[in-house]
Amino acid sequence: MPQATVTPPPLSDAQHAAIRQAVESHQSLPGALLPILHAIQDALGWVPAEAVPVIAGALNLSRAEVHGVISFYHHFHTAPTGRTVVQVCRAESCQAKGGELLEAHAKTLLGVDWHGTTADGTVTLEPVYCLGNCACSPAIQVGDEILGRMSCARFDAVIAGLREEVAA
Amino acid sequence: MSIRIFVPIDSGALSVGANEVAKAIAAEAAKRGIDIELVRNGSRGLYWLEPLVEVDAHAGRLAYGPVTVEDVPALFDAGFVDGGMHRLGHGLTEHIPFLAGQERLTFQRVGITAPLSLDDYLAHGGFAGLTQAITLDGAAIVKAVTDSGLRGRGGAAFPTGIKWNTVLNTAGSQKYVVCNADEGDSGTFSDRMLMEGDPFCLIEGMAIAGLAVGATQGYIYLRSEYPHAFKTLKAAIELARAAGWLGADVAGSGRAFELEVRLGAGAYICGEETAMLESLEGKRGIVRFKPPLPAIQGLFGKPTVINNVMSFAAVPLILAKGAAFYRDYGMGRSHGTLPFQLAGNLRHPGLVEKAFGITLRELLLDYGGGSASGRPIRAVQVGGPLGAFVPESQFDVPLDYETYAAMGAMIGHGGIVAFDDTADMARLARYAMEFCATESCGKCTPCRIGSTRGVEVIDRIIAGEAREANLDLLDSLCDTLLHGSLCALGGMAPYPVKSALKHFPEDFGVEPVTAE
Ligand SMILES: Cc1cc2nc3c(=O)[nH]c(=O)nc-3n(C[C@H](O)[C@H](O)[C@H](O)COP(=O)(O)O)c2cc1C
Ligand code: SF4
Ligand code: FES
Repeated sequence: MPQATVTPPPLSDAQHAAIRQAVESHQSLPGALLPILHAIQDALGWVPAEAVPVIAGALNLSRAEVHGVISFYHHFHTAPTGRTVVQVCRAESCQAKGGELLEAHAKTLLGVDWHGTTADGTVTLEPVYCLGNCACSPAIQVGDEILGRMSCARFDAVIAGLREEVAA
Repeated sequence: MSIRIFVPIDSGALSVGANEVAKAIAAEAAKRGIDIELVRNGSRGLYWLEPLVEVDAHAGRLAYGPVTVEDVPALFDAGFVDGGMHRLGHGLTEHIPFLAGQERLTFQRVGITAPLSLDDYLAHGGFAGLTQAITLDGAAIVKAVTDSGLRGRGGAAFPTGIKWNTVLNTAGSQKYVVCNADEGDSGTFSDRMLMEGDPFCLIEGMAIAGLAVGATQGYIYLRSEYPHAFKTLKAAIELARAAGWLGADVAGSGRAFELEVRLGAGAYICGEETAMLESLEGKRGIVRFKPPLPAIQGLFGKPTVINNVMSFAAVPLILAKGAAFYRDYGMGRSHGTLPFQLAGNLRHPGLVEKAFGITLRELLLDYGGGSASGRPIRAVQVGGPLGAFVPESQFDVPLDYETYAAMGAMIGHGGIVAFDDTADMARLARYAMEFCATESCGKCTPCRIGSTRGVEVIDRIIAGEAREANLDLLDSLCDTLLHGSLCALGGMAPYPVKSALKHFPEDFGVEPVTAE
């Protein structure tokens, strides 16, 4: 399937500053690494490689240790994602309500496989294993918003909405 | 006086449009010059009716749902603000059979109160348990929890009081209380509902644990998939601290308890308690060997109480009403109630809190209303992604920890996912192996490699390649996982696989015992 290959652009000064800010405001917490990584991803949308030495220095860890933690967790992106991350639940309750159909539909509509970003950079498609919205299966998450009782038709409308936002 | 109208702020309700409905109601009321007070409550757990709008009529709260934005003008036309009849009306919420039959102890306030209203919380019995606890010494609090018969609701069902007692009796300059709010099991959402709908209850339970064992710092390890719960908990902690229920002097007891929420990062294995501790310490979520038990050497090497959200949330009531009150619910050694979560292919999915001993058939039919598709329910996965598939022939077995274990199944965190007769059990078995491969922490070879092999073997069985040989291979792979895994991810992944094979062999191309 076609997938946009995104080469991370060099970080701007503002992005470097955001990384430093995320590190400085959390480094004194016990077990600071995850809070720092969350703060970086919240600010930038991903965790750039340039952040690794900054974090390692501040927490007195090796770069390999920091890298190992980042790559362990599904939540952290090590490359920029599309403008919006769309997660489709693959877990059992959603499967029982036609989730597999929705998965296939999402991949076809967007022209990407899991973890892929659409050619126009609007959407990155991710699998997720339960959103805790199983009583309204099938469920998806669009950015920070969880949507339930998702149908293929509603999915089309959601994606169309995201594309309009970009066009606007 | 203005009329109170309730529209849930629970993320499940939001996922089907509750915010839009709330806005439409406010706008329509303003347009018609009707004075309303819009209250954002938790969810009652009747999800097929969400967004469920309630109106506080004088005789009680009346339910309307599922309400869409388009329905709002018609609801006003029907005079729903005065309890007028409408096709979406269900009468008194408390009388809806799904709710009326429940035994809501842990969920006593969820859906009734505004989650961040301390006044509501206090008016509905909140902080009675903590107020009682500050009059007791640690050992007496632990005794109450032990006597209640409460067992861990996160999956392993270990007696909570015994765990607390270990922490109480272990010396430590610093002790911790950690709440496992990773709720990774698919088909489960009770932790989320409580954290979003009654966050002070969890805070109160954890503060009681802190007083009981002498811990001054608590952490809630929350999965990153719960952004709404995260916001609600943070706000609730601030409010509780400002009101003196947390902080340096908890409720005037002279004892300190601080609380902080930490986010996970999308790793199922971080629900395993030692992997969770690693994650809280800022490391990869790799399972630790036990011993040492976390109760003795837990977070940062210190004695640590770890419990599930539901376990902590049961504690305030136990302290307020006494151990016997809680203990008298249930059957056998399964005391109290369990908030069951009905999901999958059901007409009435939602939360059902009942005493142990109820059967799957009652839950699926009396509460769940049968399948959503109208087709027969063929298999039910109980206890999350590592739980066994239960066939119809076992629907009448009472839900009790020991009885379920005896039939090779588990209740776990109480998730119940129903599949109708279109379910392909071989694909579901494949999925269980795939899930294990995706989420393995990588420490043990059987789990890391064996699960990937398992996927391949099931693929070959589905394709009909050397079926006999591959079935044997699958069997021995399952045995290796069962016996060669450090934790239950690898150790229980064979449960869904083996139960699917045993009860639904025809889906694997194997002749059932009673041939057609
Ligand atoms: C793979 C795996 C995942 C788990 N996930 C969770 C979870 O999401 N939430 C939870 O409370 N317990 C989970 N547990 C159980 C915990 O290890 C631990 O037993 C529990 O948090 C203890 O609390 P309790 O005694 O109150 O149940 C999991 C265990 C395993 C092996
Ligand atoms: S069984 Fe799997 S998840 Fe559990 S410790 Fe071993 S490798 Fe890690
Ligand atoms: S299984 Fe999809 S939201 Fe839980």
